[in-house]
Order: sequence, then C-alpha cells, then structure tokens
Amino acid sequence: MSNPIENLNKTFDSRVRLGIMSTLMVNDEISFNDLKQLINVTDGNLASHIKSLEENGYIKVNKGFSGRKTNTTYTVTKVGEKAFQQHLAALEKMIKGIK
Amino acid sequence: MSTAFIYFVFQSIFMDIQHEPLQELKHIKNMMERSSRFISLSGLSGISAGICALVGAWFANEVIERSGGPSGDGRIYKRDYSIDTLQEFMGSKLFNIAIITLIGALFFAFLFTYLRSKKNNVAIWGTTSRRLLTAVAIPMIAGGIYLLREIQVGDYGLIAPGCLIFYGLALVNGSKYTLDEVRYLGYGQIILGIINCWMIGYGVYFWATGFGLLHIIYGILMWYKYERATSEKRTTISA
Repeated sequence: MSNPIENLNKTFDSRVRLGIMSTLMVNDEISFNDLKQLINVTDGNLASHIKSLEENGYIKVNKGFSGRKTNTTYTVTKVGEKAFQQHLAALEKMIKGIK
Repeated sequence: MSTAFIYFVFQSIFMDIQHEPLQELKHIKNMMERSSRFISLSGLSGISAGICALVGAWFANEVIERSGGPSGDGRIYKRDYSIDTLQEFMGSKLFNIAIITLIGALFFAFLFTYLRSKKNNVAIWGTTSRRLLTAVAIPMIAGGIYLLREIQVGDYGLIAPGCLIFYGLALVNGSKYTLDEVRYLGYGQIILGIINCWMIGYGVYFWATGFGLLHIIYGILMWYKYERATSEKRTTISA
C-alpha cells in the first residue's frame, strides 16, 4: 500500500501558501491587501509565499491600477487548481485511512 | 491583549501540526468561507431588527384601528386617508412609521454586526460585504421601484405582501455571500408574502410576523449557534 503522505504537495506545507490557494479556489481573483488581511501576515512574508506559488505556476499575478495606486490581484491557474485538488484528495484519503 | 494572545496560541498550534489532515482541511474550509462570505453578521442584528419591526407594527396597527380597522379590502386606506397621490402617501402616518422603523432596524442591525466584526478582527467594509450588499440591493431596489409605482396607481393592499416577497428574494440572493441560514429566513418571508397576497387588508399582521417574529427567531438561532459558542471558547482558552 502506498503511503498517502507521499501524495501531499510539499508546496502546501506552509499554512500561508495553503491559505492563499484555498482563498483563490473560491474567488475569481483577490488583491494583495485582501489576502494580507485574511491570512494576517506581514507584507514581506506574504510576498515571498506568493512568489514561490507563482514560480510553481500555481497562481497568476495581474498588475493593474485603481486610480493612481497599484492594485495587484491574483488568480489561480489550471495547474494550481489541479495541484490543490490532488492535495485535498490526499488529505481526505489520510482521514479515511485513520478511520 | 487577549485577541492577540489567542491568535498567537492558535498560530503556534496550527504551525506545529503540519500534517494533521483534519486540521488542515478545517483550515482550508475556514479560509474559503472567510474569503468568500461575510460571516460577521450578528444574530443580535436579527433580534434587534425584529423588535423594531414589532414596535413599528404596533404603532401602525394603532393608526389602522383608529381609522376603522382592516376591512379585507386594501383600498380602504385610500378612502380613509384620502391619499390620492404619491406625495400625499409619502407624508401619511403609516409611511412615516415605516421609514422610522426601517431606520431604527438598520441602525441596530449595523451596530451589532459592526461590534461582532470588531471582535472577530474582520473589516466590516471589504470584498465580501460589498458582494453581499450588491446581491441584496438588486432585488430590494427593483422591488422598491415596483412598490412605489404600486402606490402611485393606488394598489395599497399589495404593498405589504410586495415588501415581504422582495425582501425574501433579496435574502435568498444574499445568502450566497453570508451565513447560509439567511436563505431560510428568505424563504419564510417569501411564503408569508405570497399568503398575504390573498389576505389583503391584514398586511400589518404579516409584516409583524415576517419582519418581526421571523427576524427574532432567526436572530436567536444564529446567536445560539455561532456567537454563544465563540464567546465560550474564548473564555476557556484564556482561562
């Protein structure tokens, strides 16, 4: 029997990254400030986690303007969606395994 | 100090159990809900709005009783108050009572939800509340215009059922962006409104039941389900 932990995605080890992905799965797009407020982390911390998700190709960064201020929003990519769903399935499998 | 401390405790607990799948799924669910729904809506808001509605309905009933009571024919209002135009209706006693009730209900509803969002450390004005407001506003504004037109043509008997139906639709529509239970409050209002369509003249009783009783029952249930639990959890954590 294969170890279900192997199916867990290492990228989602961090609660911040897991939080970003969960949020993006149910919202078409979300801004940096909304994410910061939801996850309750510092700018720098959030930015570094976003960067790693972006490097993995899981999220897409859209830079825009609202008035004069920059308004950066994020959307989940197809790859990211798939990776997240696999991670969810692995978690569910683990729970069933325990029971 | 206490909220920051509790948050710190939570954070450290969560950070330690990286691969506790149940905790992780809970975290995912929580993030999904917090990011897509406005969950600070307080049960106390429902209770206070309901009480305002009951007080308003009592005053309205006094006015109606003094003018001879409900006759089963909605058009009696027109004769008794000699309302012929929209402007005159706007100035009529019943309309004033309705407006004061609405302002009072909105004020208290906002107040308790504001307090709860403060307690939960969530901004009251954000993406989720904006979405909720838009979803609620569309049926309300459309319904409001329709009802004003109904007043203009003198169909006073259908105003109370109309208010209930459109308000119910607004709640059902908005429930996607807040506590899911709001949907059932909406269904209740719609059903009352529809029944009222065939019991014209008794609008004030339906108003009292829909805007008063249903709100109070809903508010108590929601408070019991969500807020009482969290206030207990908080005390056990800090103890």
